[in-house]
Formats: sequence, structure tokens, C-alpha cells
Amino acid sequence: MIAQLHHSGFANAAMIASIVIAATVGDVMIASAMRQIGDLDDIKAESGLMGAIKTVVTNTRFFCGVTAMAVSFFALLFALSHADLSLVAPASASLTVVTNTLAGKVFLKENVDKRRWLAALCVCVGVALLAR
Amino acid sequence: MTFRRYLVLAFVSISAPLGDTFLDVGMKRIGPVSLAHITTLFHAVMTPWIASGIVLLIGFFASYLTALSWADLTFVLPATSFGNVIVALLARFWRHEQISVSRWIGIFLITAAVGFVMRGPSYTEHEKPTPHTAEVC
Repeated sequence: MIAQLHHSGFANAAMIASIVIAATVGDVMIASAMRQIGDLDDIKAESGLMGAIKTVVTNTRFFCGVTAMAVSFFALLFALSHADLSLVAPASASLTVVTNTLAGKVFLKENVDKRRWLAALCVCVGVALLAR
Repeated sequence: MTFRRYLVLAFVSISAPLGDTFLDVGMKRIGPVSLAHITTLFHAVMTPWIASGIVLLIGFFASYLTALSWADLTFVLPATSFGNVIVALLARFWRHEQISVSRWIGIFLITAAVGFVMRGPSYTEHEKPTPHTAEVC
């Protein structure tokens, strides 16, 4: 029964969804943190490299983002122990591009115009083709 | 976008696949690591290939964060995906692996995506809250 579950489409979809959601949360939190912090070049010019590093690592959103990325990494390892690399890697990488674009528009209020949507779809299909 | 910022994006694209490749070469030279000899991994970090790979991956993360501090996530994403193209090209011209037609199409699509995005604005300006609205919040 467990073996059947491991190889079922639902189980694979759930594992891939976990990777994609955690990676998207991580990317959005880190991007949001960097937007909140501001231009790192300016901070480096004012308070030096150590000041810039301190500003980044003490940011709560950055910490949450890195934690979500770590969850995504371990979800990937878990998925690879149950499903084929040829399925998990391209599916998670391609879907993450699309969900990141959607999250960028919804949560980060980025100006995602037709050009960026087209680019996201090209990257999505391109990554899937490269991983074949 | 200044020339320096394009250089940062180029480093984002190149450093991750190059770092992964260095780790791959380093670990292939060391060979399989068993649980009984797990400390081999600590010694592996000191080998030139692995150490260089780690430095490159730290450089990738630093440049990725720098890029996100002045560019949108949806602008930086294609640049990070361009790393897949570099891996495929390294496989073709350094390791002399064969690349199928579907992979060449994938390379073309990702390159086109980077071209699309680079022609547009890199950052979405948001209105800063006025003192009045800040007080209300």
C-alpha cells in the first residue's frame, strides 16, 4: 500500500508541490527583505562590507526566506528518495519559475508585463527541455 | 542599469553552475563517501576543487542578494535560469557530451527569455508612504 502510494501520481504531485511552495516562499521573502533593506551598494558605501552583511543577516524576512529555502532543499531530498530525478528536477524547477512570477506580481507588486510573462513561460519550457 | 549591474547579473548566471561543476569534479576525485567514513567530507572541504566550488556558491548568493536589492525578482529569475544554459554549454564544449535537439531548443528558449526581460525596466518603483499615511498605519 505504502509502495503504491509512493509511486502514485498524487504522492509525486504532493512532493513536487511542497518543493515549489517552499522555494517560492523563500524567494519572495528574500526578495522582499532585499527590497526593504534597499540598495546594498549604497549600504556598503556608507557602512562597509561588514555593515552590509550585518544589515542583511539581522533582517527577519531574510531569515524566514533562508529557512523556507532550507525546507525546499530537504523537501527535494525527500522527493528524490521516492521519485525519479528526471521527474522531480524539471517539474519543480519549471513550476517554481511560474509561481515566482505570480508571487512577484501578487505579493511584491512587481510590474509583471506581457514581456515578463513570456520570459517566465520560455524559461519554464526551456528548463523542462534541458532536463530531459 | 549600469555596466556594473550587468556584471553582477552575469556573475549570478555563471557562478552557480560553475560552483556546482567544481563540487562535482571534486567529489568525483574523492570517490563515494560511506557513513563509516563521514569525516572524509570535512577533509573534502579543504581540497582545491571543493573549496573553489564553495567560494563560487557563496559568491553566487552574495551577488543574487545584491541583484535583488536593485532589481525585481521577476527580472533576476531569468538570469539565474541562464545557469542551466551554461551547464549545457560546458557539457558540450568542455566535457564533449552530445546535446539533443530538444536541449538546443531549451537553450534557445532560456536565452530568448533573458533577452526579453533585459529589454524592459529592472525595478518596479513603489510609492513611499507619506508621513500622514504612515501615522494612520
